[in-house]
Amino acid sequence: MAIKSMFDLTNTLEIPPFSLNKNAKLELYSEAVQTLTRFHFENCQPYQKILNKIGFVLDKSHRLEEYPFLPVRLFKENELVSVDRSKIVKTMTSSGTTGQSVSRIFLDRATASNQTKALAKIASSFIGTKRLPLLIIDNKSVVKNRNSYSARAAGILGFSMFGRDVTYALDEEMRLDFDAVESFCEKHRNEDILLFGFTYIVWKYLFKPLRESGETLALENATLLHGGGWKKLFEEAVDNREFNKSLKNVCGIQKVHNYYGMVEQTGSIFMECELGFLHCSIFSNIITRRADFTECAFGETGIVELLSLLPQSYPGHIILTEDEGEVIGEDDCPCGRLGKYFKIYGRIKNAEIRGCSDIYT
Amino acid sequence: MAELRTPKLGGVVTYIPNDSNLIFLAGSKIKSFRPFVPFDSILIEFLIDISSELIKRPESRTYPDIMAFAFWCRKANINKLKKRFEDGLFRLGLGLVFHITPSNVPVNFAFSFVFGLLSGNSNIVRAPTKSFPQVDVICEVIKSILLLEKYDQINSMNAIVKYSQKDKITEYFSANSNARLIWGGDETIRNIRNLSTPERCVDIAFSDRYSFCVIETEALLELDERELQLLAEHFYNDTYLMDQNACSSPHLVVWLGKLGERGKKRFWPAVYQVVRKKYGLPFVNAVDKFTSLCQNAIDLDQIKSISTHGNLLCRILMDTLPDNMDTLRGKFGCFYEFDATDINQVSHIVNKRYQTLTYFGVKKSYLTDFVVQNRLFGIDNITPIGSALDIGIFWDGYDIVRCLSRTINVK
Repeated sequence: MAIKSMFDLTNTLEIPPFSLNKNAKLELYSEAVQTLTRFHFENCQPYQKILNKIGFVLDKSHRLEEYPFLPVRLFKENELVSVDRSKIVKTMTSSGTTGQSVSRIFLDRATASNQTKALAKIASSFIGTKRLPLLIIDNKSVVKNRNSYSARAAGILGFSMFGRDVTYALDEEMRLDFDAVESFCEKHRNEDILLFGFTYIVWKYLFKPLRESGETLALENATLLHGGGWKKLFEEAVDNREFNKSLKNVCGIQKVHNYYGMVEQTGSIFMECELGFLHCSIFSNIITRRADFTECAFGETGIVELLSLLPQSYPGHIILTEDEGEVIGEDDCPCGRLGKYFKIYGRIKNAEIRGCSDIYT
Repeated sequence: MAELRTPKLGGVVTYIPNDSNLIFLAGSKIKSFRPFVPFDSILIEFLIDISSELIKRPESRTYPDIMAFAFWCRKANINKLKKRFEDGLFRLGLGLVFHITPSNVPVNFAFSFVFGLLSGNSNIVRAPTKSFPQVDVICEVIKSILLLEKYDQINSMNAIVKYSQKDKITEYFSANSNARLIWGGDETIRNIRNLSTPERCVDIAFSDRYSFCVIETEALLELDERELQLLAEHFYNDTYLMDQNACSSPHLVVWLGKLGERGKKRFWPAVYQVVRKKYGLPFVNAVDKFTSLCQNAIDLDQIKSISTHGNLLCRILMDTLPDNMDTLRGKFGCFYEFDATDINQVSHIVNKRYQTLTYFGVKKSYLTDFVVQNRLFGIDNITPIGSALDIGIFWDGYDIVRCLSRTINVK
C-alpha cells in the first residue's frame, strides 16, 4: 500500500459513478478530503508551508469549502510531490496558456491506477462497458514517450483502454487519413463505434478537411468523446451547439459528449450529459467562488475550484483553476445523474492593468 | 548688422513629422520656439486659466484625478512653487522637451506637460494611446485656452499628441529633443534610451520604484473612529486605487512601537471595510494575487504568518526583512508587514529603488533623519498616508524645473 492510513478508494470504485446524493457524498468527502489533506501536509513540504502560514488547523473538522485550495499555476513553478521520488512512475505535463512554463504532475503507481479506474467508470457509464472499435482523432506520435505524458497523450492513452481495433485518423502531418478512416468505418459498419479526440483537433483536422473537401464519413453509429477546452474554438465563435451541428452535417455523428478535466486531476473528468451540463462524479466535486473567495450561489458565475479523490502522490486534490463557470444545481439534473452539474465559460478574462509601470506597446 | 534670427536647434526645422498616425489633441505643429524663464508670468497665467476652466466644467467633478490636476494648477500653489524656486540665479528652459507618458494613468501626461511648461520649455507630449475621458476633458480645456490670443506664443510651441506605438515617431521626436521625460517601466526606458538624441539632451527617467509605509501604533490607537476611518480611506487611495501598481504605492507596512498587534487589529479591519465598499477585484486578479501569496509561503522562510480578509486584503507578516525586500511587491491589496521598535531596523532594505515613504504618527524629522543620517541610497519622497499618488515638481528625487532649465553663470 503506497499510502498508509489513506482512505480506501476501493469501496468508491464499487459504486456507480453518478449514484451519490448530496448527503452521501458529503459523508464520503468529509473523511476523504481530510485524510488527503493530512497526508499531503505530512508529505509535501511546500504544501505544508502554505497550510502552516495561512494558519490552517488540521485537527479541527472543517466544512469542505473551508479546505485550502492550490492555484494551478503553482504546479508550474514548483515540483509538488507527496511521495518519495523513486515511487514516481509517470510525469504528466501540460503547457496551459500562460507562457512557456509547464505544469508537472507526478504520479505513483496507486494514483495512476486510480486515474485509469475512475476514468473507466465514468466513461463506461456513458458508452457502456463493452469495448468498442475506437477511432482516435489524432496522430500516433503524440503518445510515443511513455514516461513523460502530455495531457493530450494521457487522454488518448486513457481512452484507448476502452476501445478495440484502435485506429488513428490523422497521419504524422496531422492530415486526415481518408483511407484508414474509410476502411475503419467499412469494417465496423454495423457496430457501435467510439471516437475520441481533443475538441480543437477534432474541429480543425476532422471537421474542417471534411467540410472543405465536401466528402462525408459514415459515422452515424459513433459516439464522440472530446475535451481539452474551447479557447481556440471560442476565438472562431464556435460553441458547443455549433460544434455538434457541424459534425453531424459532415459525418452524421449523433452522440457527442464533451468532457472537462484538468491535468492536475486526470481521471476524475466531468462528462457532459444529454442536456449539455457537465457532471461531477463520485470522484470529484466543484465549488465556484467569488473574487473574495466566498462561495457562489447556484446560478452565479465564479472562479472554479475542483476537488478530486484521486491525487495521492501530489497535493492536487483541491485546486483553484483559472476557469470561470457556474454550478447549475445538485442532484436534480433532468438527466437523472446525481451530484453537482455545471457549465464552464472558459478562462477568466484578462483585466486592464492599472499603474504607471507601463508596458512598451 | 544682420537681423536677429530664430536659432535653429540642431539645424532641424520640422519638429513634428507629417505622419497620418499622429493625432493632435491640443497645441500646434511646432514651427519655432524660444525658451521662457521658468515660472514666467505668462506661463503662470496660462496655468491659472486652465485650472479655473477645469474646475468650472461639470465633467471634471466626476473625476477626482482631473480635480487634483486642476487644484495643482491653481494660483496659490504655482506661486508657492515659484517662491520656493527663486534663488536669484538666471535660468531659461532647455528648449524642446519630449514627454513619453504612461498609457494607463490618465492624468499623468497633463502633469508632465505643465512641469515642462513651467520650466520654460517647448513641449511635445505623447498622451496615452488608450482612450480615457479624463484625457479628452483636459485636452479640450488646454486646447481652448491655448487658442486665446494672449497665449499665441505658448500655443505655437506646444503639442499634445497621441499615437499608437510607432518607433519611428518616437525616434523622430527624440532626435530633436533637448530633454526627454520618460515615464514607464524599466523596459520602456531601456527601449527609449536606445533611440539617439542630441548630445546635450537630458533624460529624466521615471523607472520602476518601490515604496513603503510606516505607522506609529500608539498614535493610531489614539484616533477616534472617524479619524481612523479617514486614515483607512487614505491608505486605500494610496494603494488599491492603482492596484498597488503605481510606483509610489506602498507594498510594505512597518509598524513602529510596542503595540503592533493592537494597532493592526484596529487598522486593518477599517481598511477592509473601505475595500469591501469600493474595490472591484476581477477574477483574474483574485487568482493572481492568491497564487503569489501561496508562492510566497513556499519561497520565504521569513514569513511568520499570512492573514487574509476574504482575499480582498492579504497581509504577510515578516519575521525579518530580506535585503532584496524591493523584489517583494504586493498586488491588488497584498501587504508585507514588519514590527519594529525603531525605523533604523529597516535601513538595510533601502536601496536605489526606494521612492516613497508614507507615514502616520511620526514626525517628519524622524524620517528625514532616518534617510540622511543613515546616508541611504533611496527614498525620494516622504509624505503622509493618503498623498502617495500626489505628484509634484519634486518627483523621484528630481527637482524637475531645475533639471529642465539651464543656469547661466554670471561673474
